[in-house]
Amino acid sequence: MTGMNWRHVIRTGLLMSLIVLLVSIIGMVETFDERDLVVGYLTLGQLLLFAPALFGGYRTVAREARRSPVSTLLGGLVAGLIVAVPLILLVLLASAWPGIRTYFPNISPALLDILSNGQGATTTGIGLLLLEMGLLGLIGAAIHLVPGALRRPLLTALLITSAVALFSDVPLNIANELLDRSIVRILFGTKGLTLAAAVGAFVISLLLAFWWDRSGRAALNRRQATQSPTQAARNRRIATLALLVVLLILPRILGIFLTNVLDQVGIFILMALGLNIVVGFAGLLDLGYVAFFAIGAYTTALLTSTGDLGLGMSFWVAAPISVAAATLAGIILGIPVLRLRGDYLAIVTLGFGEIIRVLVRSDLLKPVIGGAQGILNIGRPSLGSFELVTPQQFYYLILLGCILAWYIASRLRDGRIGRRWMAMREDEDVAEAVGINLTSTKLLAFSIGASFAGLAGSIFASRIGSAFPNSFELLISINVLAIVIVGGLGSLPGVVVGAFVLVGLPELLREFAEYRLLMYGILLIVMMLVRPEGLWPSAVTRREMHAAEEEAAREGIHPEEVQPIT
Amino acid sequence: MSILELNDVHAYYGKIHALKGISLKVEKGEIVTLIGGNGAGKTTTLRTISALMRPTTGSVTFEDESLTRYKPSDLAARGIAMVPEGRGVFARMTVLENLEMGAFHRNDKAGIAQDVEMVYDLFPRLKERRTQLAGTMSGGEQQMLAMGRALMSRPRLLLLDEPSMGLAPVLVEAIFSTVVDINKQGTTVLLVEQNALMALDIASRGYVLQTGEIVLSDDAKALQKNEMIQKVYLGIE
Repeated sequence: MTGMNWRHVIRTGLLMSLIVLLVSIIGMVETFDERDLVVGYLTLGQLLLFAPALFGGYRTVAREARRSPVSTLLGGLVAGLIVAVPLILLVLLASAWPGIRTYFPNISPALLDILSNGQGATTTGIGLLLLEMGLLGLIGAAIHLVPGALRRPLLTALLITSAVALFSDVPLNIANELLDRSIVRILFGTKGLTLAAAVGAFVISLLLAFWWDRSGRAALNRRQATQSPTQAARNRRIATLALLVVLLILPRILGIFLTNVLDQVGIFILMALGLNIVVGFAGLLDLGYVAFFAIGAYTTALLTSTGDLGLGMSFWVAAPISVAAATLAGIILGIPVLRLRGDYLAIVTLGFGEIIRVLVRSDLLKPVIGGAQGILNIGRPSLGSFELVTPQQFYYLILLGCILAWYIASRLRDGRIGRRWMAMREDEDVAEAVGINLTSTKLLAFSIGASFAGLAGSIFASRIGSAFPNSFELLISINVLAIVIVGGLGSLPGVVVGAFVLVGLPELLREFAEYRLLMYGILLIVMMLVRPEGLWPSAVTRREMHAAEEEAAREGIHPEEVQPIT
Repeated sequence: MSILELNDVHAYYGKIHALKGISLKVEKGEIVTLIGGNGAGKTTTLRTISALMRPTTGSVTFEDESLTRYKPSDLAARGIAMVPEGRGVFARMTVLENLEMGAFHRNDKAGIAQDVEMVYDLFPRLKERRTQLAGTMSGGEQQMLAMGRALMSRPRLLLLDEPSMGLAPVLVEAIFSTVVDINKQGTTVLLVEQNALMALDIASRGYVLQTGEIVLSDDAKALQKNEMIQKVYLGIE
């Protein structure tokens, strides 16, 4: 058996076994077991248990590709068995010493049932667990034995099917809007896909992926290579138009539940577009961004509420005033922090955000803004006698806000002010030396960023009809910042992608609610390791990340030119 | 007429008296160097000239106009360009974008394009690298770029803060000979350096700074022969 790297196999197995053990002990497996992926066949909890063994088996080969089939399979099997070991120990320990629950409340009988397939700490139960994990490791490794032309489509189809099953709320709601009830019942069970739907999704995505791999991608590349610039421009226009049409009819397709999620995502997109200006374009780390959101929301609340505290004005009058109030707050925060950089700036803005939250909640201001009881009966936007109430109706208002914000942000980025922000972000001293006034540049970033949050807050308040201090916690600031970072600092499409990933997906996976912050943390760490430039990086970042490769290529071409410089 | 004149300038960092009455003059067309050891106040003097610091007392005049009421960002448009210590380049912009940023306050497109070519003539390496990100270039190339960027504002006075810092001797020589070229094209240069040997070689006059005071000023040639200078700064026994 040449080239068998047992060290690597064991390390991979141990790593995966740690992951499995962790997700079991913290209760994720049990919680997620409530949710079916394929009704009657696979639960989310089981996926959580199985995926590491499968992935571990797959990873044992990832390093050295050329090996005999037997040793490949053997490596996978061993890794799978290693994954099972800590789980077996867990089962044995828990059945021998029930008191362990005092220390680890999540090691419950239900968990043991899941692990041992209902057999408990018997030979059958443990044997089944070993068999399962070993088999999964074997299958993971076996993927490498499949010829390359089939392997990639297979993996793609597997991923797509998992995603469909995981987020089955999306196809379910769309199906409810578009299809007949009898068809819907064939495809979806109460808590997941039916076997027929899962197999169907797998087959369809496999065929599509296969076609794409064989000829689709090549055809598209050929088409792109041969088309003239005018054609390309026209195609882009058509694509933009098509996107707009889709955006306009989206609420009709998605139904109430998904549109509601979309509205939430939209409000976060609006905020993140603003914070992206401050952090992404201008490089000023603002951790108190929620303050402007709160100011926008409370201004609208006070102006439009029909309750004791409100003035009962129209939303359309209140919204611009809210934006103006947030902008002003941006300037007021901006002035004292003009001289601060980096960490210091972050801390002061953090404090500012907390001050606003404390003020909103305080008894001192209770007669004016309601304290912990908040403000109720906030007016809805209306057009003539038509009032915006449902998520679908609000969707259009939010969409309008997002498109407006996108347009403003992209124009600013490409204009002179964008250059000023970029130069300041790179080096404040040099920016000053080339004649950039830091005072006005910073204040512009803060105030424009704040105005977006003000608009988001205004829409938010009138959408939910009330404003409470609890809605404006520090977590919102962190959330929005994470969206900007995960999407890609300074990138507008990145903001949208980031908001869908960090706000949209958790809404669809309500089982995750308890573990949301854990997921956030894991996602951020993985992102920084695997894709530090973000999901959809800006042109500038992409350029920077690839600079090293380009440099190497350049040196390959002109080694003599690179040499003399120290 | 002196292009730049400092008269009895005092400046403080908090309670620390960093400049204790600096007076110096730079005449039009000269290269003047300010030499001295660590902490002598060289960079502080430059920061005071470029309005990054306000003098507590004393005056800084440029072309017979007091600079003390200006902001640092006003100076580029007034004809003063500064190359800060430790290279000042925008790391994530390309070479060409850096040069264009140097002309940020100008809007004569043709003139800017012409000046980019002028900088490329001065530093042919920058032309080769015009699409490269500044942050990925070597220290020497970044120093060239920082100087090129400063020239893009068409300065009448160029302030250089330790251009030799961290560079190999052969590069320092190249940089200094370019400073002479720049000066020949009509830009007055105030050069702050620790490398006194090289600085005095290209300068016409020099000031020696010690703990915030000017202890000596003379022609560069005379300073090179001065016993104290030879001992302390040139390392000649």
